[in-house]
Amino acid sequence: MTDSIIPLFRSLLPRVDFCSLRIVERSGQNLCVRQNIVEPIGNHFSRGGHITVLNQGGTGYAATSDLSRSGLKAALDRAVRWAELTSGRSHPQATMQGIPSEPQSYRSKTRLEWSSRTTAEKLDFLIEINRDLNIHERIVDWWAALYFKQMDVLVVTAENEIHQHFDLITPYLGAVANNGRETQKRTFGSASSAQGGLEQLERTGFKNRAALTAEQALALLDAPDCPSGTADLLLMPNQMILQIHESIGHPLELDRILGDERNYAGSSFVTPDMFGHYRYGSDLLNITFDPSVEHEVAGYRFDDEGDAGQRVYLIRNGILERALGGASSQKRAGLPGVAASRACDWNRPAIDRMANINLEPGTSTFDGMVASVEHGILMETNRSWSIDDCRNKFQFGCEAGWRILDGEIRGLIKNPNYRGVSATFWRSLKAVGNPDTFEVLGVATCGKGEPNQAIHVGHASPACLFERVDIFGSPG
Amino acid sequence: MTGLKDYFFSLFERLAEDLQSSEDLLGNFLGERSDFVRFNAGRVRQAGEVQQYELALNLVSDQRSARTMTHVSGVIEADWEHCRRLLTALRAQIGSIPEDSHLLINREVQNSDSIGGIDLEPAEHAIEGILKDTSRFDSAGFYASGPIYRGFANSFGQRNWYVRASFNLEWSCFLENHKAVKSRYAGFRWEPREFEKRTRRIEQTLAFLRRPVQAIPPGRYRVFLAPAAVAELMATLSWLAFGAKNQRTRQSSLARLALGLETLNPAVSVIENNQAGLAPGFTRTGFIKPARIDLIRQGKHAGMLVNSRSAREYGLAVNADSEFPGSLEMGTGTLDDGDILKSLNHGLYIDNLWYTNYSDPNQCRITGMTRYACFQVEHGQITAPITPMRFDESLYRMLGSNLIAITRDREWILSGDTYLRRSVSSMRLPGLLIDDFNLTL
Repeated sequence: MTDSIIPLFRSLLPRVDFCSLRIVERSGQNLCVRQNIVEPIGNHFSRGGHITVLNQGGTGYAATSDLSRSGLKAALDRAVRWAELTSGRSHPQATMQGIPSEPQSYRSKTRLEWSSRTTAEKLDFLIEINRDLNIHERIVDWWAALYFKQMDVLVVTAENEIHQHFDLITPYLGAVANNGRETQKRTFGSASSAQGGLEQLERTGFKNRAALTAEQALALLDAPDCPSGTADLLLMPNQMILQIHESIGHPLELDRILGDERNYAGSSFVTPDMFGHYRYGSDLLNITFDPSVEHEVAGYRFDDEGDAGQRVYLIRNGILERALGGASSQKRAGLPGVAASRACDWNRPAIDRMANINLEPGTSTFDGMVASVEHGILMETNRSWSIDDCRNKFQFGCEAGWRILDGEIRGLIKNPNYRGVSATFWRSLKAVGNPDTFEVLGVATCGKGEPNQAIHVGHASPACLFERVDIFGSPG
Repeated sequence: MTGLKDYFFSLFERLAEDLQSSEDLLGNFLGERSDFVRFNAGRVRQAGEVQQYELALNLVSDQRSARTMTHVSGVIEADWEHCRRLLTALRAQIGSIPEDSHLLINREVQNSDSIGGIDLEPAEHAIEGILKDTSRFDSAGFYASGPIYRGFANSFGQRNWYVRASFNLEWSCFLENHKAVKSRYAGFRWEPREFEKRTRRIEQTLAFLRRPVQAIPPGRYRVFLAPAAVAELMATLSWLAFGAKNQRTRQSSLARLALGLETLNPAVSVIENNQAGLAPGFTRTGFIKPARIDLIRQGKHAGMLVNSRSAREYGLAVNADSEFPGSLEMGTGTLDDGDILKSLNHGLYIDNLWYTNYSDPNQCRITGMTRYACFQVEHGQITAPITPMRFDESLYRMLGSNLIAITRDREWILSGDTYLRRSVSSMRLPGLLIDDFNLTL
């Protein structure tokens, strides 16, 4: 597909300051077995192009699913027209200056292709997991699903081209328990989006989690409610990634800081003058942008504005260093950023995104962190998330929690929640888990932008301990 | 408009010619030609057009089904072979899957044709006025406009077609320290006077926002929730509350209401009003939606939304495409708009809520933030804007024992969502006067 479109696009290039084309070809399959019944197989396929035109201080784009010569020409004309209409009154945008002259490429490191197992084999696997989930009459709903997507992305300008191929997989299972008075749910996998193929199921231990998930859903029905008050909080990686995402990732997005998002997803408590000296967290807090971590879901070589991605610190030893902004936002803000200008598909323009945002491991063992806690709560698997439009006042809840008393994990609790303020919460980071507690995770649907876009982002984190956090359960 | 309708039905008919005797085929068409303009601080951030046409094919055979969703070009000659290959692949898949006992499709042919708002003006006409007016403020916003298409066809001969051309402008005007007011203007014909009316209202609100901010402590407050704030609550409620699957598996956040263990204030009634909403009247499996579905009547559970899978699973009648409301409507009360501040007397006027989520689905407890133009009210007068506050409160209390009054007037709020494609959802909601509303942070 891409071989023929490059010369076609270049033959149609209008006389403008800059013009690029991004072609996205996407295909995939959703498989779900719920209550032992195979739900309709969902296949999806998409191909389309996104043209960007910059001319005389104007900006225009046109996206089309008609990639014929006439379709592409019509889209180019519309993009040029929008650039004319906005001429002299647009924010500046980057023009992909940094792309090497020879063609560039990237490919997910997939060891076991999705197609290496038949649909029937994959469904049998999910049926088997369904059996592991249905362990008691109080389990009133259960399911296991696999979502797979592959994307070929071609970015082409008059002189340059970048080809990237991504394989993305998300496994998901869950069990719902009810005792006639209340309902509790445990799930696994929604934070396990990864780049790769079926080998990721083994890496994440997907199948083995089924029985434990159902057992915990049942146990939660009889568990006491999370106590209220101030306590130490030990967050496991699958909740840490939500904490990182909402109260570090989003506030550092440069388009929020520049105000582009303030009509929708919101702004940020971070201001441009904070970079280089603002104490974001305790000395233990080290956050990197790293699109090179193997299997982390938002890995790539180039973002959609043609910038090469590389590992950089956003926060080092607790001090804020760098924003999450692509070339266009960097140009407007006069601040260094990262290669994080991404679009979710061909039908949306690129905007500042998180990609892979990771909390670097520390030196504390899991047992050591537990042993250091006199009165605390361990929380796992996000259930509820809410934060203000400047990404400061947050309240998060988890599916399950455990009390920690006098250095020991004592018992399961239900409805665990905590709240805080981003600007001070990270300063209460008391211990960071070592690499043994570190997990590479990711989510498939981070939403922002106008028009709206949901995209996959990766997060990796060890377990982390925070001191004196406001925790609470459900008052009933 | 006729071109796409002919395209979809002709393409479908050609595909259906290949069907084998045991096979049925369902087709859904989703299309849009949308102009999008995003602006910030008096300049355009991104502007352009998205033309996308999607075709969903659902092959059914021997109580098995497989479906595929594909983008198409809108030109039959270009799409025919591609779609035919997809259909062949579905046929191969269907042979390898077990029976689906929850599969249900409509076999009773009911055709429909619904076209509205087709005289929408080109986006550039509206944009000139928007950029001129909004540049008087520190503003950010987003304008979306153009036709939206939905179609259904099946191999039994049913044909349904739907077109709506609409615009949706949402913009926010800012003062220092993120103090802001948000406005919306949506409809089928751009009227400069209507836009100016909203601009004048923004100026009035900004005058109140210029007053010194009042920091208020957490605690229980008497509040008025404007319709936009109620919409945020209803969006989160809709996510879990009204679907048959969630109600039957006790995952509904209103499970206690459905079981009769809780009741709401008798003044509360909620319906899915398909007749008055924007969404198409047909489902993706070919069923025609009823004109209205009572969900809550006089504070008590009255019904639920049932898609075709739940209908089969639980032995119910299909009344919805998805089990999330698309045309939610809340009944009116007796509070006149002119009496809102007087009735609030001492409390908080909350224009918008933001980022709501369940903190405990069993208790239908929802948390979220205040956002935009929220004010302290004393002696029935606005005294000061307030800092953003977090709330955490059960809907059983908000719409139950703590509900004081519902406004007589309602606002029709057209969804501005554009994830994947432009939304056709809407809500018609009043404002609510509520006592003891719990602010926590």
